[in-house]
Amino acid sequence: MNNIDVLIEQSPALIIAIPLLGAFLMPLVSRINSTVRNIFGLLVLCLTGFFVGMLASDVLANGPRLYIFGAKDLAVPMVRILFEVDSMSIFMALITMVLAFIAMIYSWSFMKDHDGLDKYYTLVLLLITSTLGMELTGDIFNFFVFLEISCIASCALIAFWISEGEALEAAFKYIVVSAIGALFVLFAIGMLYAQYNALNIATLANVLKYTFLDKIILVLLVVVLGMKAGLVPMHMWLPDSYGRAPPSVTLIIMGATLASFYGVVRVIFTLYGNVLSTTMRFSIPLNVLVGWILITLAIISIIVGVAMALIQSDLMRLIGFSAVAEVGYMFLAIGAGIAALGTPYATTALHGGILHLLNDALDIGLLFLVAGAVYYVTKKRSLDDISGLARNMKYTTVFFIIGLLAVAGMPPLNGFASKFLIYESVYQLNPILSIVAILCSILMLAVFVKVFYAVFMGPELPAFKNVTEAPKSMLLAMGLVAALAIFIGLFPNLVIDALVKPAADALLNHAQYIGTVVGGI
Amino acid sequence: MIEYIPFIAVVTMIFIGLYAVLFRRNLIKIVIGITIIESGVNLFLIILGYREGGVAPIFTSLPAGTTYPAGMVLPVPQALTLTSIVIGVAVLALMLSLVMHIYRKYGTLDVRKIRRLKE
Repeated sequence: MNNIDVLIEQSPALIIAIPLLGAFLMPLVSRINSTVRNIFGLLVLCLTGFFVGMLASDVLANGPRLYIFGAKDLAVPMVRILFEVDSMSIFMALITMVLAFIAMIYSWSFMKDHDGLDKYYTLVLLLITSTLGMELTGDIFNFFVFLEISCIASCALIAFWISEGEALEAAFKYIVVSAIGALFVLFAIGMLYAQYNALNIATLANVLKYTFLDKIILVLLVVVLGMKAGLVPMHMWLPDSYGRAPPSVTLIIMGATLASFYGVVRVIFTLYGNVLSTTMRFSIPLNVLVGWILITLAIISIIVGVAMALIQSDLMRLIGFSAVAEVGYMFLAIGAGIAALGTPYATTALHGGILHLLNDALDIGLLFLVAGAVYYVTKKRSLDDISGLARNMKYTTVFFIIGLLAVAGMPPLNGFASKFLIYESVYQLNPILSIVAILCSILMLAVFVKVFYAVFMGPELPAFKNVTEAPKSMLLAMGLVAALAIFIGLFPNLVIDALVKPAADALLNHAQYIGTVVGGI
Repeated sequence: MIEYIPFIAVVTMIFIGLYAVLFRRNLIKIVIGITIIESGVNLFLIILGYREGGVAPIFTSLPAGTTYPAGMVLPVPQALTLTSIVIGVAVLALMLSLVMHIYRKYGTLDVRKIRRLKE
């Protein structure tokens, strides 16, 4: 066994350990000076990203990989934690790393003038650790622990601009929602443990019998994780916290939100994978019921997100509401994939949904970065106070146009690729769903064209006569996202074949996930 | 019947906590509500691991005559509870510090008056 194999074998642990160690070294490193601190942050991310990349190449080639913390043999059962990495987890980890990189580069000049940055970077690295942990873990209690860490870290980051009352309000709202949510996840985990004497997702999935308690557990887990992902009845925390967090960390918080979405998908497809075809009352199979509930909520999410975005006057809050709509699109695709499980278009829907995870992160992320740049130069949030910025901020304007076209699903940008897959597959399930989705996508375009005119066009205000272009590191971060958006838009097949198809196969083929643990020891 | 009483207590605690979170107007009372839910969930985990007449699951200091492992209560739920308590303390501290800062900014703890974000 050569060195590379050893590194790959240890990488699931290292991916968690490196940013965690980096987070707690950060206050020490910050004592030296700010440049060293920024380079140290990037270095930690580079190292983590290197291991994520190596693990990704291995997992995509050789199938799921197991990492065991604690007892290797089964003589002392339960005294261990498993990390199980399959193509879906590693896809999520890659998204998280991309977002983290961009946010880190962006923070370099965006947060320059603030103090308390040692704590800021510590929290950022902690949030990245917890997001990666949620995505890589194969143990449901471990998932809860990382969920709580991400809740604490993101709450502290949302309240980072503590001099604004609104930031505190948003943070309090966020922590109430996530603390209660996490406690109900723990309650559900307790019930799972009580029935099956196991905490491992694969072991649980193998023995799950779909008793009455299991129905309650399914409802609790899907509701709570859906809430943390921003699904509609409980979406109200999302625009508040996205809108009030420093825009440089919104991307990373979005990564944590997507990890909750991953949790929903993992619970339905893997944990309940064996019982999805169980017939319920009135001879409705479970997958149809769950799928249609998700589809209904998703359609409401899309409509509410777009409609609320129309009437907002605060730029970042507006983008927050369009993020709710984008989450709706992902749930729509996943719901269609579950409801029509087994048909060819269900697989297409899954591909669309999983690709949209990446695209949503990039598009909404790009818009938040642009909104951050606008806030950086003008110190204003409201659309009514900003006007005519295109004269002095050429690059930012171009990036905003790319972002708005991508988020509205216009070709040739990435939003089109995934949304087209979603429309195409959902149409075969029910044409009305597809029509609503397309209509809302067009409305989204209207919303952002309005924003574009308000912010970048229009008369030049005297207050902004001397505004300059955003600093270089912010432009670099926006440019990277825009380049990725255009690249995925032009060559969607590359990404779909390389990453999305294996991820969808990993979800559909839950027997492999279970077999890796149960048969592989 | 008697063995169900702890579970009834758990459900009651969770509902009392939820009531406080949903219907109380004072931020401190909302925080207390969340703490009550947390205690309910922790109690639930502890009950799961309980065996009648079991001793504490410390392997090296088992009392003479206990059978291993049948004579001990289950160790895993206790480990889970410890973890959950530690996390709970962190969340509680964070929430209380937020409440403190909100009171400084708004001069009130009434949720009806703390709604600058509603537009």
